[in-house]
Amino acid sequence: MYQPKMKLTEEQLAILNGKEGETKAKVMETIVRYGDMFEATELVKVTHGQGHLVTSFGLQLLTPVYRIMDELINAGLKVEDGFTMDPRPVDFENVKCDLLEKLIFKKILYGTQGRYEEQLKKLGLKEKDAFSCACYFNEMGNVPKKGDVLSWAESSAVNYANSVLGARCNRNSGIIDIFGSIIGYVPKFGLLTDEGRKATWKVVVKTTKKPIPQILGSAIGMKVMEDVPYVIGLDKWIGEELNDDVKDYLKDFGAATASNGAVGLYHIDKITPEAKELGEKLLVDNPKEYIIDDEELERVYKSYPVMWKDKNKEGNKAFIGCPHLSLSQLNAWADKIINALKEKGRKKVAIETVLCTAPQVRAKFIETEKYKQLYATGARVTCICPLMYTSNPLTKRHRLMTCSNKLRTYTLARYYKDDELLDLITGKKAK
Amino acid sequence: MKEFKGRVLAAGTYKGPAVVSHQGVNTLATFQKSALGKKKEVIVADQNNPDIYQKNITGIALCLPQTIGSTTGGMVLEVICSMKSNPACLLFSEHIDSLAGAGVVLSTVWENSKMIAIDQLGKEFLETVKTGDTVEVKEDGTVIVY
Repeated sequence: MYQPKMKLTEEQLAILNGKEGETKAKVMETIVRYGDMFEATELVKVTHGQGHLVTSFGLQLLTPVYRIMDELINAGLKVEDGFTMDPRPVDFENVKCDLLEKLIFKKILYGTQGRYEEQLKKLGLKEKDAFSCACYFNEMGNVPKKGDVLSWAESSAVNYANSVLGARCNRNSGIIDIFGSIIGYVPKFGLLTDEGRKATWKVVVKTTKKPIPQILGSAIGMKVMEDVPYVIGLDKWIGEELNDDVKDYLKDFGAATASNGAVGLYHIDKITPEAKELGEKLLVDNPKEYIIDDEELERVYKSYPVMWKDKNKEGNKAFIGCPHLSLSQLNAWADKIINALKEKGRKKVAIETVLCTAPQVRAKFIETEKYKQLYATGARVTCICPLMYTSNPLTKRHRLMTCSNKLRTYTLARYYKDDELLDLITGKKAK
Repeated sequence: MKEFKGRVLAAGTYKGPAVVSHQGVNTLATFQKSALGKKKEVIVADQNNPDIYQKNITGIALCLPQTIGSTTGGMVLEVICSMKSNPACLLFSEHIDSLAGAGVVLSTVWENSKMIAIDQLGKEFLETVKTGDTVEVKEDGTVIVY
């Protein structure tokens, strides 16, 4: 029997000791041992009951995960308030695959997707299409409020919830996310504490133009790694109001900090909720300092390696939207592609172009005239996770292009700034 | 010979070779290829980590500062333990990170894994131990580098 180091209530101890069944006891033991490793003082209630799971893909190799899910189902356990999931891995209709790719995706890589989704339904999946990394979009409806305690794991969602929404969640691993949601408690340590939310880095933005969020986030992530940065000077470029445009900017900025480093929380002076409330009181005494100017952003941008086998060839597949595009971003990209093609006297995109968004956002968008115009250009809108689609041995066959720093980090995709990518996918001027 | 003392997260004894990474180990990138191929041994596939790239890390002592990368990391470690192709021990110079921590706990509770995990061995430990050195791990968290 595991002897907890943290203080547990009688109810929690009873669960640990098996009063509510052997499986629930194992779930509790996992959460308690996990907390003890990080010197957690106690378990605290998950106040935003809706979970979000990072493991959305039915990879055949995840046999132990399916076994755990079966054990939870057989014990009658589920997430009472339901949960959303990261995106599905494949969409043969909107993301082209040749016969070999289809075969490998269906039979080898994601052959257990159907069975896994059946398990998820029984465990509390919110709805059939509740699959997006941006579960915090209003359309997805999994939006915590300031101060809420969560049990999530998707790094970009944890980063957004902590920073932009002011909720509290550690950078957990998959499986820990569903365990915390089932048991209703998470260990109190790290980003769940006031002390853990203090910034150890003061980052000063001194650029002469609005920084590209993907590169700014990358620079900060690579510098501070898992620490908390407090960013000063960004209000000059994005204003002080946390409106939808700023939220989109911070979504992409945050995902880059989380993937190029391991940032779970950042504060933006005068903008994010805790920074608005507490200002520089959020900084520890004598924080480390990082100054970002135009030269520094250019240095970081130029440091990205090109992982293609043949670096001199042009790309042949572009992914936009990692994390998923918001409705406003999707509309903006559609406008840019349609208008750039018009200006160049072309009808079709020159490179296979895939825009990724949440199913509920896609459903709204495909009702519009703009979708028909975009579709006519050959660009497609999907709801898959481009990372899961490209994170496999077949990737080397393509020369992937992206304007997402997260996708660049985890795959062989080459990074381009938005304007560069737009220019490449819309091709040369027609003669 | 030099002796270090760390915090025991999963106890056990070991004497054998070490493989050393001076940078954070990306769990997904390190293990994914071997796991997908259902290989009995893990040959490190992370091209971004020259310290351990293409090294066999099954059944040995993997010495590292922390793990990094995707938050699927803990689950990936559990999968590797369930396939019995895991390192015999994880020896962290720093405090264990939340992803590796989850992996160690999941493997212990759900896979009855005997993978040893010790953290907080200190910077000097990683400066001392070299790939190919013999290390001895004791139940109380003592690690001897020969």
